[in-house]
Amino acid sequence: MSKFFSRTGDGFPVEMTDAEIRKDVEEGVADAVKRAKIAPLSADHVRYLVELFERPDRAVGVERGNEVILSYDSATTKFKRGNVSVSKIQSLQIYERLLGADILELAHIDYSFKPVKPIVVFEQPILEQALLMTIPPLFYGAMPNLGLYSQPDGPCPNPGDLLPKGLIAEARASYAEQIAHSVKDMTYVGGTMYEAGADGINFDTTAAAGDAEFYATLKAIEELKKKYPAMCVQMGMASEFVLGMHGELSYNGVRLAGLYPHKQLELAQQVGVSIFGPAINIVPSRSLAWNTARSATFIKACTDIAKIPVHACVGMGVCGVPLTLTVPIDALTRASKALVDICRLDGL
Amino acid sequence: MAVAHGVASGIGGIRAAGDLVARMQVSKGMRLPEAKKYVAGKLGASVADIADPVVMDEIREDLNLGRVNAIPGAAKGIDAKFRIAEVLGIEINSVNLFKKRVGWKG
Repeated sequence: MSKFFSRTGDGFPVEMTDAEIRKDVEEGVADAVKRAKIAPLSADHVRYLVELFERPDRAVGVERGNEVILSYDSATTKFKRGNVSVSKIQSLQIYERLLGADILELAHIDYSFKPVKPIVVFEQPILEQALLMTIPPLFYGAMPNLGLYSQPDGPCPNPGDLLPKGLIAEARASYAEQIAHSVKDMTYVGGTMYEAGADGINFDTTAAAGDAEFYATLKAIEELKKKYPAMCVQMGMASEFVLGMHGELSYNGVRLAGLYPHKQLELAQQVGVSIFGPAINIVPSRSLAWNTARSATFIKACTDIAKIPVHACVGMGVCGVPLTLTVPIDALTRASKALVDICRLDGL
Repeated sequence: MAVAHGVASGIGGIRAAGDLVARMQVSKGMRLPEAKKYVAGKLGASVADIADPVVMDEIREDLNLGRVNAIPGAAKGIDAKFRIAEVLGIEINSVNLFKKRVGWKG
């Protein structure tokens, strides 16, 4: 029986038979369907994924005419992380002129709204200069990162300390205080960078700290859109599921804890988000066939109902891309192609 | 990862018309098929050619929309964006800000 080269969700090589790949694709689809109560992929899409993971090609790609927009969260910090000695503006020029980026993003190395606030006056002139020199849309991006507002990093009591002691009301009161602080920071930084000329603001890794962070981000975006109706807002999510760390928060009558991507998208549209980025977790111990099938099922439930562009977060450790620092080309191009072809994405 | 995504599924930014299609998502919230069709119409090109770097480079040269190579006298940066705003019929935040700063009467 012939075996096909593939990988697990942590990137390690494995060999799988046709039956094993088919079983994993079907189980990946079934897992997403069960969790989010969404429609499964069609039999044609299942067959497509099985064939994709049996192809011997090192790199694969979409058909001519199916190309999508590529936006890059935290773009300029990736050169810093790679220890490449270039300035932020040079990084943007590399993305624009050498890497074929369709949307650029300027970011601070400490990629959260809170630490950007005190240095925003240094970010503004960099943005202003970059806008004179570059052509594609240029966003400013940061993470809501509600964790920075609790002790010892911030002013509020830490719900992580309060909850194990059964101090649930106190933990919820702390979340309310954190929300107020973070909304103020996000609207200040977002508004300031938009007034400096940014084409849009990216709220990246939204809801990483759960439902309270999702609430704060929705609130901040709603306020920004009221003040700047033409502002483009991109919202990239942290994971497939909003954790109920507070548990009782609702927005526009929708309980935030436990929301899956297609429901996250509906709320994002309501507050005026322009581009939505679902992020689907990787399970490192399962195969990439399982992970990619599962991601495609979650994301297709978004693109089927979206009124706004959907740019899936197809980076390290999400949406079919292995959780490893050195992402293999065979794995990344399969995730890229599968999600574009099956989900009809507007971008990545 | 940027290189692999670009090869697998990217339009190609200013090598082709990726930045222009992105402009329609950013400024009008258009989904991809509508945005590609709109841009193709404004450029007098076919939707299939949107990601073709040879066809699009010719069009970018003709309309002076900024190109990936350093061409003397060709539009770069903000001046390319002035033309893009005009050709696509959209507002660009940095272009409007630039006009305000220089007291543009145009």
